[in-house]
Amino acid sequence: MEFTQAAGPNPLDAGRVVTKPIDRIDGPLKVSGRAPYAYEYHQDFPNAAYGFVLGSSVPKGRIASLDTKAAEAMPGVLLVLTHANTPKMSDEGEHNAPQLQGAEIKQYEQAVAFVVAETFEQARAAARAVKVTYTEAKGAYDLAAVQDKGEPVKSAPDSTVGDFDKAFSAAPVTVDVTYTTPDQSHAMMEPHASVAKWDGDKLTVYTANQMIHWAHDGIAGTLGIPKTKVRVQSAYVGGGFGSKLFIYSDPILAAVAAQKLGRPVKVALTRPQIFNHTNHRPATIQRIRLGAGPDGRITAMGHDTVSGNQEGGEVENAADQTKLLYAGENRLIRTRLSELDLPKGGAMRAPGEAVGLLALECAMDELAEKTGVDPVELRIRNDIQYDPEKGPSRSFSSRHLVECLRTGAERFGWSKRAAKPGTVRDGQWLVGMGVASGFRGNLVMPSGARVKLDREGVVTVETQMTDIGTGSYTILGQVAAEMMGLPIEKVRVKLGDSDFPLSSGSGGSWGANSASAGVFAACEALRDAVAQKAGFNTKDVTFADGNVASGGRSRSLAEVAGPDGVTVEAKAEFGDLTKKFAQASFAGHFCEVGVDAHTGEIRVRRMLSVCSAGRIINPKTSRNQCLGGMTMGIGAALMEEQVVDERFGGFINHDLAEYVVPVHADIPDLDVVFLDETDDKSSWIKAKGVGELGICGVGAAVANAVYNATGIRIRDYPLTLDKLLPRLPTA
Amino acid sequence: MRQFTYERASSPAEAAAAVAKAPGAKFIAGGTNLLDLMKLEIERPTHLVDVNRIGGIDAIEATADGGLRIGALVRNTALAADARVRKDYAVLSRALLAGASGQLRNKATTAGNLLQRTRCPYFYDPARPCNKRDPGTGCSAIEGFSRNLAVIGVSDACIATHPSDMAIAMRVLDATVETVSPGGQTRSIPIAEFHRLPGDTPQADTTLKGDELITSVTLPKPLGGRHVYRKVRDRASYAFATVSVAAVIAADGKARFAFGGLAHKPWRVEAAEAEFGRGTDAVAEAALAGAKPTKDNAFKLPLVRRTLAAAVA
Repeated sequence: MEFTQAAGPNPLDAGRVVTKPIDRIDGPLKVSGRAPYAYEYHQDFPNAAYGFVLGSSVPKGRIASLDTKAAEAMPGVLLVLTHANTPKMSDEGEHNAPQLQGAEIKQYEQAVAFVVAETFEQARAAARAVKVTYTEAKGAYDLAAVQDKGEPVKSAPDSTVGDFDKAFSAAPVTVDVTYTTPDQSHAMMEPHASVAKWDGDKLTVYTANQMIHWAHDGIAGTLGIPKTKVRVQSAYVGGGFGSKLFIYSDPILAAVAAQKLGRPVKVALTRPQIFNHTNHRPATIQRIRLGAGPDGRITAMGHDTVSGNQEGGEVENAADQTKLLYAGENRLIRTRLSELDLPKGGAMRAPGEAVGLLALECAMDELAEKTGVDPVELRIRNDIQYDPEKGPSRSFSSRHLVECLRTGAERFGWSKRAAKPGTVRDGQWLVGMGVASGFRGNLVMPSGARVKLDREGVVTVETQMTDIGTGSYTILGQVAAEMMGLPIEKVRVKLGDSDFPLSSGSGGSWGANSASAGVFAACEALRDAVAQKAGFNTKDVTFADGNVASGGRSRSLAEVAGPDGVTVEAKAEFGDLTKKFAQASFAGHFCEVGVDAHTGEIRVRRMLSVCSAGRIINPKTSRNQCLGGMTMGIGAALMEEQVVDERFGGFINHDLAEYVVPVHADIPDLDVVFLDETDDKSSWIKAKGVGELGICGVGAAVANAVYNATGIRIRDYPLTLDKLLPRLPTA
Repeated sequence: MRQFTYERASSPAEAAAAVAKAPGAKFIAGGTNLLDLMKLEIERPTHLVDVNRIGGIDAIEATADGGLRIGALVRNTALAADARVRKDYAVLSRALLAGASGQLRNKATTAGNLLQRTRCPYFYDPARPCNKRDPGTGCSAIEGFSRNLAVIGVSDACIATHPSDMAIAMRVLDATVETVSPGGQTRSIPIAEFHRLPGDTPQADTTLKGDELITSVTLPKPLGGRHVYRKVRDRASYAFATVSVAAVIAADGKARFAFGGLAHKPWRVEAAEAEFGRGTDAVAEAALAGAKPTKDNAFKLPLVRRTLAAAVA
């Protein structure tokens, strides 16, 4: 079923189940510890052996020698895999992750050996007994040193409109500032983990993953076995934030070892390994140039960003939002990628916008100050209802940024903000308010689902879609319940299994809208099948209260289903509406901070996000997403940084004591408001992405509040107190 | 984690004797730091002597001279909540509550807290040289990421900091560490002499002998005055101190100050306290005389000055 034109009225508009703040249907399982995560299928694998990954202690070079004798002789050791005894793997597929294929080292903590033993402790101890020496090669680890070597990338083409240089030099007011953002770690709760088990030539892998079909492709492709012989399961995932879009050594080495040993093998990466062995959000250096009239109307919009990655790695497309967020007739927006030998960079919650807005939205604050225009008003004044590069022919599918900002300003009490920075004091605290726009491009992905109606009148939804803590189980259940005229209690949802129909998976905030569209399509097919089976040969059929009715006749779904039930499968696909219309979700973020006048410690006092994301399928799970995004945004603004030690070519603060993320005490009461709206061009669901919108722009609102509190502008994230102190007046 | 053997001791002297007997043995109480270090093989004991069941060292009792004796096994939560501590040694209660998390404080003991090892990231990375972890391999921190490391009392071998908050308060209170040795001999070590500077032997955090067991920590009679513990860190809770100040300010204008996050031991310069009449900047200047910060942590010097001002404000 293809979505090719704006959605008309459909059964979801009734809003009987959809749009209601329904509790998570998987909540009781989770809070009682009965929802199994990848590492926890203990009952299914009573004889599992334990694997431990030994990572390289150098970032680049070659293994010079590798001696496993001592490790092999240690208690409980069953197998030591190295590049000497690991089968050949393929690196040809996009999602492949070959391991132990040679002596070459390309990343700090790259797997150099895999030790399997009867217990985890034995495997770990033996891994430390593997003796490896390296021949190190020179690498590049400092983004600033290679920023001028950045190359253009296809995924983020330049946007050149009008004559930027001329307009910028002619502008009465200009801002020309460079912001830097550090490498950041996803720091999700559940580590990467996998259990692999063979039955003859059929492999089953339980793994913590966001994208079942990518993992399925990657595991089968890497090992060179047909996908029909591989089953991937990921029913519950303890957070991912992009880290689990991909596979790393754990499923691959578990699979190889399990086959060699003829018994299941389980492996979890340890927290210190995760920071260097997996991926992270790459650091950026971003120059923003804004030219404007005295009224704040932007005439020249310039954004140059550079990030680094290993050869073949992706760019952090930190300038993409700048192509669409504000007006400005002359535009120059460029994204560059330099080569670095740090651990591989990858997607982390709102790749691009999350750090792009840290720069752009602070630069907007600087422009507001220079022009004397209120920061909220400045953003409203530069709102644009169409793609500024393509022109009025490409309008936004829906865009309510102005309403977000106005609603937020009203609710937050923005009018009480002192325009002059450093002038409000409350006891020991210097107090300030900041605002930022939030923007996240709306993405859609094909997504399928199978729905079954059984003789009890229960509908079961099956799809590869994952729930990474986001609420997928619940919202897909709501969509099915609404479509079939059932209460949520009469719907079962099964996720995260490659035996189910291929789905969008969880990434890029496309999951809720796309996977719901898949369930919608399947339910449309089920409605047709049920109506037909009930003998209603008309389109005028209603589904309500567990019954299907037409022309005064009504039959229960259970009765129509009969002993065999009714099963259908369908897939939502998307036409070119995302090309015809610019699609994005929007927010207005408002923050009040206190800065300790003595010590420079920054504490968020209150925060409000007003979000515009189309139909909100479940206000409770959506709010939850935004609260998490706001928390992560506060972390990005104030504390999160993976510290590069250039001597070792990796991140040195590799545990949760030293990679600092916000704790409860850092987070005050946060408030989230969703505008009441639908977007009929996103899908039949009329919803847009929420999960990443929550973080986009938040950190800039914090940073702008810090400026308002102190008059000190820090352009190097995170805003730690050591950067404030040199300019902080005596208390 | 290396394999190890385990036994449970029933008296302090027996525990000390058990450790003396087995080369490479260590005491274990709360285990909140030791077990983490064992998993990383930073600590590699061959034998653990569990002191948790030893009777008579888990109480807080008044001493004859009006002070308090805190048993080695008193948990941080119990110590922080004790009514006598809250009333007469508030700086200690506040320091304890500024450290770790509720769960850790429920398990961590008074003696174990004093023996916490540094949080230097290079100490925690077995792939990197570290003189404290592997003597003679070199210090990765001096030219590395040293933002949270020591600024004073450092050596060419080590710039690690001591991580405990509790110990900073005990230092300002002039506590005494009581120990027992395998033969049953006891020793009283003033807290000032308990932790040491790194010098050429940074592997030794304290002046304790390997088989010497802490039985209690004694606090002298109450000082009175106003008690403050001000801890500065990168987040509001659950982080080690960037800088901390333990202060006791008497009604007559005399004051005592000890500092955390600055050195390999709780940092207190008694002579600097005499400068308090001239203001906190004078105290800070005297306390930090001879500081040798790195480029990364030079900010700690003005931060000490400011935190001290905040503490007495």
